Amino acid sequence: MEQLIQQFFNVDLMIEAAPLLLQGLGTTLLLCLAVVPLGLAGGLGVALAGTSRMRWLRIATMVFVDFFRAIPPLVLLIFVYSGLPFAGVQLDPFSAVCIAFLLNNSAYYGEIFRAGIESIGGGQRLAARSTGLSAWQSMRYVVLPQATRNVLPDLMSNTVEVVKLTSLASVVSLQELLYSADMARSITYNASPIVLAALMYLALLWPMIRLVARFERRLGASAGI
Amino acid sequence: MAEESILSIEKLRLSYGELEVLKGVDFDLAKSELAFLIGPSGSGKSSLLRCCNRLEEPSAGRVIVDGEEVTAPGVNLNQLRRRIGMVFQSFNLYPHLTALGNVTLALRKVLKKSRVEADDIACSVLERVGLKDKAGSYPNALSGGQQQRVAIARALALEPAIMLFDEPTSALDPELVNDVLAVMRELRETGMTMLVVSHEMGFARSAADRVAFMEDGVIVEQGSAEQIFGDPNCDRTRAFVRQIAH
Ligand SMILES: Nc1ncnc2c1ncn2[C@@H]1O[C@H](COP(=O)(O)OP(=O)(O)OP(=O)(O)O)[C@@H](O)[C@H]1O
Ligand SMILES: [Mg+2]
Repeated sequence: MEQLIQQFFNVDLMIEAAPLLLQGLGTTLLLCLAVVPLGLAGGLGVALAGTSRMRWLRIATMVFVDFFRAIPPLVLLIFVYSGLPFAGVQLDPFSAVCIAFLLNNSAYYGEIFRAGIESIGGGQRLAARSTGLSAWQSMRYVVLPQATRNVLPDLMSNTVEVVKLTSLASVVSLQELLYSADMARSITYNASPIVLAALMYLALLWPMIRLVARFERRLGASAGI
Repeated sequence: MAEESILSIEKLRLSYGELEVLKGVDFDLAKSELAFLIGPSGSGKSSLLRCCNRLEEPSAGRVIVDGEEVTAPGVNLNQLRRRIGMVFQSFNLYPHLTALGNVTLALRKVLKKSRVEADDIACSVLERVGLKDKAGSYPNALSGGQQQRVAIARALALEPAIMLFDEPTSALDPELVNDVLAVMRELRETGMTMLVVSHEMGFARSAADRVAFMEDGVIVEQGSAEQIFGDPNCDRTRAFVRQIAH
């Protein structure tokens, strides 16, 4: 028992590793600040293209979405970082992660936004167009605000997934939280830094998960479910 | 007709794929006239209204509103549409905006009015439909009759040349119908040109200048409310009128 605590919950080692891990956490947060907005913007674009009136655009979008939902994100990331140099495209780890995540997240956020847009009845758009709003204005001021609100819990739980997935960046040597923790583990020959990293993820994500649960309950209540 | 024509529909045809729902409709509406359009379900009444502002794209024929051809290629549809007010059976208010927000959206985004100016106009139009005190309410806090009156205000704020109503009272509880009809009556008294799809025969008798009966994509006959409801020329009209009178 004593030994188990020494291996996993060594507080002295945790304190020693903390500065390194906090630096990693900073990078993780920075990464989230880049990939979440990128993914949301890309997803919105994908959803607009996927509900467009142009058939070829809808089909192209469907292929894009299916493709990037089928590719494991880790494969995509390693391809962008280590595969593209064979085509003469050399990216730093941060950019590589951003690009791989943009492709992957746009597909997932896109499907969520699309479900939101499709949840809005055609009468809303008819009413908007009848007052002279353009197709884009109707989308921007009438459909999207309602659509986003309808799928807010899904957008948030997908964001939780995205934050967790940023730990994949450790495989391309981006010194985010997991990478830093693993480095500390290999220096100290002790698992406590990994446990500390897990606790940091927990502290970061738990409030978000609670928030999602609360939203889901509120939306369910207002929908009369 | 000596009077100025506000709406003029000529040989209008519309198809949804293989299905032709308007088969050559001719119809005219003079300034300040209120016409009723009646007919069985599926006869094409809603489709006809939606062709008037090209929410549906007719396959042939012309629609002219207040001297401008809506069906002409290259017209500024958005500027034209705001001159054609439209009111829907299911209100179609924007649920994420207050009554005021519903009315001001197009004022600000289509007519490019400032927020202050738009709010001013919206307040006076809401007052006109008797809902000044509900300006800050969201649609889900309003009764059906109130929602429909906000929808009328939303169209009215854009100073339309004509108002199109598609069964404005048929989704309402009976006790709320009169509030909406009262607003429509007031509009008529102030000279608004209106085309109303509705089976409110009482209102038609007291307020409509003309009633047109539509069946299977064409206007079969038209005349005064007295004549169409009391002594129609056509057997099909008679059969239909008898049916809705019950
Ligand atoms: N968007 C659409 N796509 C295909 N068919 C349609 C569409 N809208 C209407 N139709 C069809 O066109 C015909 C006319 O419909 P419309 O809604 O104009 O009739 P209506 O006279 O308004 O009927 P109601 O009294 O039931 O409202 C119907 O057969 C209907 O099924
Ligand atoms: Mg109809």
